[in-house]
Amino acid sequence: MLDAKIPAGPIEQKWDTHKFKLKLVNPANKRRFHIIVVGSGLAGASAAATLAELGYDVSVFCYQDSPRRAHSIAAQGGINAAKNYQNDGDSIYRLFYDTVKGGDYRSREANVYRLAQVCNQIIDHCVAQGVPFAREYGGMLANRSFGGAQVSRTFYARGQTGQQLLLGAYSALSRQIGLDKVKMHTRHELLELVVVDGRVRGITTRDMVTGELGSHAADAVVLATGGYGNVFYLSTNAKGCNVTAAFRAYQKGALFANPCYTQIHPTCIPVTGEHQSKLTLMSESLRNDGRIWVPKNKGDTRPPDHIPEAERDYYLERRYPAFGNLVPRDVASRAAKGVCDEGRGVGPGGLGVYLDFSEAIERLGKAAIAEKYGNLFQMYAKITADDPYEVPMRIFPAVHYTMGGLWVDYNLMTTIDGLFAIGEANFSDHGANRLGASALMQGLADGYFVLPYTIGDYLARSGNNPQDTTDGEFQSSREAASARIAKLLTIKGERTPDAFHRQLGKLLWDTCGMSRNGPGLETAMAEIPKIRDEFWQNLKLAGSPDGLNQTLEKAGRVADFIDFAELMVIDAHHRTESCGGHFREESQTEEGEALRDDDKFSYVAAWERSDNPAQPTLHKEPLTFEHVLPSTRSYK
Amino acid sequence: MQFTLKVWRQADREATGDFVTYPVDDISADTSFLELLDILNERLLARGDEPIAFDHDCREGICGTCGCMVNGFAHSHERETTLCQLHMRSFTDGETIIIEPWRSRAFPVLKDLIVDRSAFDRIIQSGGFIAICAGSAPDANATPIPKEAADRAMDAAACIGCGACVAACPNAAAMLFTSAKIAQLASLPQGHPERIERVKKMVSTMELSGFGSCTNHGECEAACPKGISVNFIAKLNRELIRAALWG
Ligand SMILES: Cc1cc2nc3c(=O)[nH]c(=O)nc-3n(C[C@H](O)[C@H](O)[C@H](O)COP(=O)(O)OP(=O)(O)OC[C@H]3O[C@@H](n4cnc5c(N)ncnc54)[C@H](O)[C@@H]3O)c2cc1C
Ligand code: FES
Repeated sequence: MLDAKIPAGPIEQKWDTHKFKLKLVNPANKRRFHIIVVGSGLAGASAAATLAELGYDVSVFCYQDSPRRAHSIAAQGGINAAKNYQNDGDSIYRLFYDTVKGGDYRSREANVYRLAQVCNQIIDHCVAQGVPFAREYGGMLANRSFGGAQVSRTFYARGQTGQQLLLGAYSALSRQIGLDKVKMHTRHELLELVVVDGRVRGITTRDMVTGELGSHAADAVVLATGGYGNVFYLSTNAKGCNVTAAFRAYQKGALFANPCYTQIHPTCIPVTGEHQSKLTLMSESLRNDGRIWVPKNKGDTRPPDHIPEAERDYYLERRYPAFGNLVPRDVASRAAKGVCDEGRGVGPGGLGVYLDFSEAIERLGKAAIAEKYGNLFQMYAKITADDPYEVPMRIFPAVHYTMGGLWVDYNLMTTIDGLFAIGEANFSDHGANRLGASALMQGLADGYFVLPYTIGDYLARSGNNPQDTTDGEFQSSREAASARIAKLLTIKGERTPDAFHRQLGKLLWDTCGMSRNGPGLETAMAEIPKIRDEFWQNLKLAGSPDGLNQTLEKAGRVADFIDFAELMVIDAHHRTESCGGHFREESQTEEGEALRDDDKFSYVAAWERSDNPAQPTLHKEPLTFEHVLPSTRSYK
Repeated sequence: MQFTLKVWRQADREATGDFVTYPVDDISADTSFLELLDILNERLLARGDEPIAFDHDCREGICGTCGCMVNGFAHSHERETTLCQLHMRSFTDGETIIIEPWRSRAFPVLKDLIVDRSAFDRIIQSGGFIAICAGSAPDANATPIPKEAADRAMDAAACIGCGACVAACPNAAAMLFTSAKIAQLASLPQGHPERIERVKKMVSTMELSGFGSCTNHGECEAACPKGISVNFIAKLNRELIRAALWG
């Protein structure tokens, strides 16, 4: 059985007790340990900077041309902490409670409690780095509210919180690069992990400019490679986001947890046509002041300002009076889908609902709204050519975040010795649904305040791991990567990587998206192997393996997405309950809300690869709740 | 809509490049500029040609990865817009569009429209930070920061590091980029202890990286997709004088 290594004792003391018991590496020895961090987003950059500050020898890899461009840069709304600066009743315990409940009782209590404990330090650290969080006139930090909470605990920097936090972590990382404590490898893609006797020994990478394959040995490897939302083709993720690193780890024996838990964000700009290459989020923070509505009557095509108040349905406020427009994301997304399915959606194809600021503009003035959300309004106007100060935004749910990820224990280590996973790449803290403003919190908690402790314990216990990268496993790993690239380039078929990716994405959105059912998932399970077969027989690429080749990069990622998609639908199919973002139509209440089955499914589903990709082995980590007792989530 | 695209093609860093003309038709006005390149690339690939290499990632104007010269303007003629936020409705049907990479000695072309902007990272590495280690910070509200100062810092911090300022500048100077970071940190009390060293080191790295010097053309501000103001350059110059006097 899986051992999450959760420390004994009262929940409030677990982390402190554990930290005391963790072995330490002698300061003089730290520089003898080489740690590879793959990823330079909030999780990777914060971990790498902190590890280098502690004295370790660190190498960082990312696929962008600069670590500052990791996808964390795009986060808009904010980051949570339990500072209770607003004196509105917040506390570590309340943040813990809200997060476990928001995750629909599918996360680990001990991890979430630790997250709530360390998050206040994140805000302190970021302010000290010069992150320009929003402030009140008195000079104190300002807060706003996010979904699933009734307190105001979200810190923000206009609509660019992720950018500012990442630039903070990037500046700390840059300082260490300047000091020669971190070796930075930009435009390098991880293609393989090197694992010998159950312990990670290093990685194989491709230099995306020269095409050269390289081997890098390390005493420990940290994957901070982000989420896999792009498996759906259309998502709010950056175009380069991929599952490759996590999936390679799975192929090498790491368990993959809850792959079917994906988050569909309720407020994104609707799709306009076939050419569309990605979707754009409109931050949840907009739900602080925007009211969501659709016409009461089906097929009402009048422009919004011609629809009188009495003929509008503010359906979230009506159905969930306690939380109103600030219900959690899964609830808001399903409600939007529901009203569109009833034929009351607005805009082309009826796939949209209004997010209306007219009342807030009247109450607070245009300037106040511009100050809070100016850049989001500008972004919306640029894409749609509509002015949201004048007409309500049109929004629709879109794939946004993935709660699933590599299974890790309390120390954030995967089931491969010495291989750690942090940030969105792991599965750990958000259960079946993540609350807004808590991914930034988790990424930075992992990187600044958790991993730097736990990795030391691993290194102190396991010692150095010197490796010769010229032959043995490193050589076979390079050969495997090179053979795969050669194979992709020699198929010489008819269809482009994007064509396969779109096909896969559509299939997943239809069968494993906002709502799922047994027969639909079975169709997907039958179709995905066919897509894979065709991909490996009919792929078309151009160019050579030596040098910059973006279609080759894309093809490698799509190949992994296809394989991963199979695992995702297998997981979704096996979990016949509904929970959080995973909505099985067979399991709902009379009012259409998600219905959990705690007797059968109160566990983390951690999958182990097998030779037959259609039959991975399921391992269960039972979830027990001592503090936040499972009940039906109610936001009424 | 239909367009004639004249695109800079260059095989690698050493190769000499040239413009290649591609007619594209059947484009909806709602297509973004990068989606136009996607469509062209799909068509090129379908007939076995190598697609045009261009940098991009977030496609929502925040990561700073995209960017090239469009008809001689960095990120196009549209103000405060990154290339990925540009839509074809901003062009006229039948237009000829000239697309080429950032041109600057400090940003060598790697392939087609992709350049190497690592010089920006080196400027930050030399001093664009506050030297604080994780775990040592006081409570976040211990030092009140006037809202105006925080807002000014945020205005400067909005820089996405895309390089348009360098590309638009007749001297290929990196003053707007460098000054934005210096101004952000100089506006905040946390940034004060290292103020003198920071400006000296960052400016000297900037000068050593092959960027030109600033002669107040102001093209950088006009090209900046985030509307970063040239007033920050004045601020940088004041910081330099301060450093010369007290350093
Ligand atoms: C539009 C948007 C808005 C959001 N807003 C919020 C918000 O307001 N609040 C909040 O809490 N959360 C928000 N989120 C979620 C949050 O931003 C992410 O979950 C979080 O930033 C992920 O950080 P990360 O460090 O784990 O990964 P990322 O930032 O995605 O970084 C991944 C890194 O891994 C590297 N990498 C990936 N694959 C490879 C490979 N194969 N080889 C080499 N390197 C690789 C990349 O180069 C990159 O450096 C938002 C997400 C989106 C999409
Ligand atoms: S792709 Fe990120 S700014 Fe354009």
